[in-house]
Amino acid sequence: MYSLSRLVIAAALACGAGAAMAHNLWMKSSATVLSKADWVTVDAAVSNDMFFFNHRPLAVDKLAITAPDGSSVAPVNVHKGELRSVFDLKPEQPGTYRLALVNHNVMGSFVDAAGQRKRLRGSPEEILQQVPANAKEVTISEGHTRIETFVTMGKPSALRPVGQGLELVPVTHPNDLVVGEEVVLAFHVDGKPAAHVEVSLVRDGKRYRDSVDAQSFTTDSQGQIKLTFAQPGMYWLDADATDKKTSHPRINERRLAYIATLEVLP
Amino acid sequence: MTRPVMRFGAALAAVAGLPAAAAGLQVGVEIPKLEVAEYHRPYVAMWLERADKSVVTTLSVWYDTKMRDAEGTKWLKDMRQWWRRTGRELSVPIDGVTQPTRPVGKHSLSFAEGRNPLPKLAPGAYVLHVEAAREVGGRELVSIPFEWPAKSAQALSAQGKSELGLITVNLQP
Repeated sequence: MYSLSRLVIAAALACGAGAAMAHNLWMKSSATVLSKADWVTVDAAVSNDMFFFNHRPLAVDKLAITAPDGSSVAPVNVHKGELRSVFDLKPEQPGTYRLALVNHNVMGSFVDAAGQRKRLRGSPEEILQQVPANAKEVTISEGHTRIETFVTMGKPSALRPVGQGLELVPVTHPNDLVVGEEVVLAFHVDGKPAAHVEVSLVRDGKRYRDSVDAQSFTTDSQGQIKLTFAQPGMYWLDADATDKKTSHPRINERRLAYIATLEVLP
Repeated sequence: MTRPVMRFGAALAAVAGLPAAAAGLQVGVEIPKLEVAEYHRPYVAMWLERADKSVVTTLSVWYDTKMRDAEGTKWLKDMRQWWRRTGRELSVPIDGVTQPTRPVGKHSLSFAEGRNPLPKLAPGAYVLHVEAAREVGGRELVSIPFEWPAKSAQALSAQGKSELGLITVNLQP
C-alpha cells in the first residue's frame, strides 16, 4: 500500500513542469540591468543545483512577457534543448519587463471500488471528471506555481501586482538589489499581504561549494521579509504557502509556490 | 614705522590672492597608463552627492559618443554606482556634461557654482565621486568628501588603485 505522499510526489514528477517539490524551476536572464535597448537571452530549466542545467528544459509555451506599459511581448528565437529552453528578448521601452511562467496543476488519488489506489493527473477539469462516484479516500490538491524574473532597461518602473496566487510585490525593486543594502520583499496571496510564507534564497554556484547555503525567512504580519545580501550574484528565490482556498469544493488543498531569479549587483 | 607698511603689505597680498573666478570646484582626474594587450579608454562619471546620498548633479560623463545608433550608451550601466544613483534617470547626451572618452594622462575640469552643471551649493557636507569602467577591464570608484563652503582655497586628493590614478578636488571659496 503506497503512502499518499509518495504517490503525490510520483505524480508530480511525472507531470514534469509542476514538480516544484522534487526539482527547482527557474528562468535566468543574461542581464537584468540595461542602459540601452539591447538583447538579453534567457535560459529556462528544471534542475537540481543553482544555476546548473542538469535535468530537463522548462517549457516556455506559456511564457508571458509584460512590458513596462502593460503590453505583451513575444519572445524570439525560442528553442527547447535537452537541458534547457532558451529565448531572446529585446527590451525597447524604458522600465521593467516581467517574464512569467504560471503553472496550475491538480493531482491526487482515490481508491476505487476494487480497492485499487488510482493516481489522478491532468488539468483541473479533467481530474474532476476522472473521479468516479463510488471512489473512496479521495484526496485532491492543486498546485499553483509562478516562476518569474525581471529585466530593466533604463530607470526601473513599478510592477502591477497580479492579484492571484502567491506573488512578489516589490517594496525594494527586484532590479535594484545591491550588496550591503537592506532589501524588503513583500509576498501577497490573492492580492493580500500573506504572513507565514516560507521563503528560501540560494546563491548561484552550488557546484563550487559543499553546502546549498540556503537562507530561510518567514514573512511577517505585513507579508514582508527583510534581508541584506552579503555577496553579489544570481539568487534563486522560492516562496511556498499552503491553504484551503481551492478553485473547486472537491479540491482539498492548494499549494502555492512563487519562484524568482534575482540578480544582486556588487 | 613698520606697522603701517606691514598692514599695507598684508592688504596688498590679500587682494593679490583673491581668486578671479566665482566659487567652485576644480576636479583633476588621472587616467593611468595600463600595460594590457587590448586597451580601451575608460568610461568615467563624476558626480556630487550630499551627506544623505542624494545626488546634487552629474558633473561630467565620458563615454563613446561617436558610435552609430548611440551604441556607446550600452555600457553606461557599467559605471554601476553612478548608474543607480542618477545615471538611469538621465537622457544622454547632456549639454555641458557628456563628452567623449579621454586618453591616458591628467585631465582637469572647472565648475563654477551657479553655472551649468554645478548649482549653488547649500552649506553642508558633500562627496565628489569619480567612477571609471573600462572595456575588457575593471571598475573603480574614488570618493572625496568635503565641506562647503570652503573657508579658504583647499586642495583635496585621493589615489585610485587600478582604473583611476590621482583624483584631486580644488575648492575655490
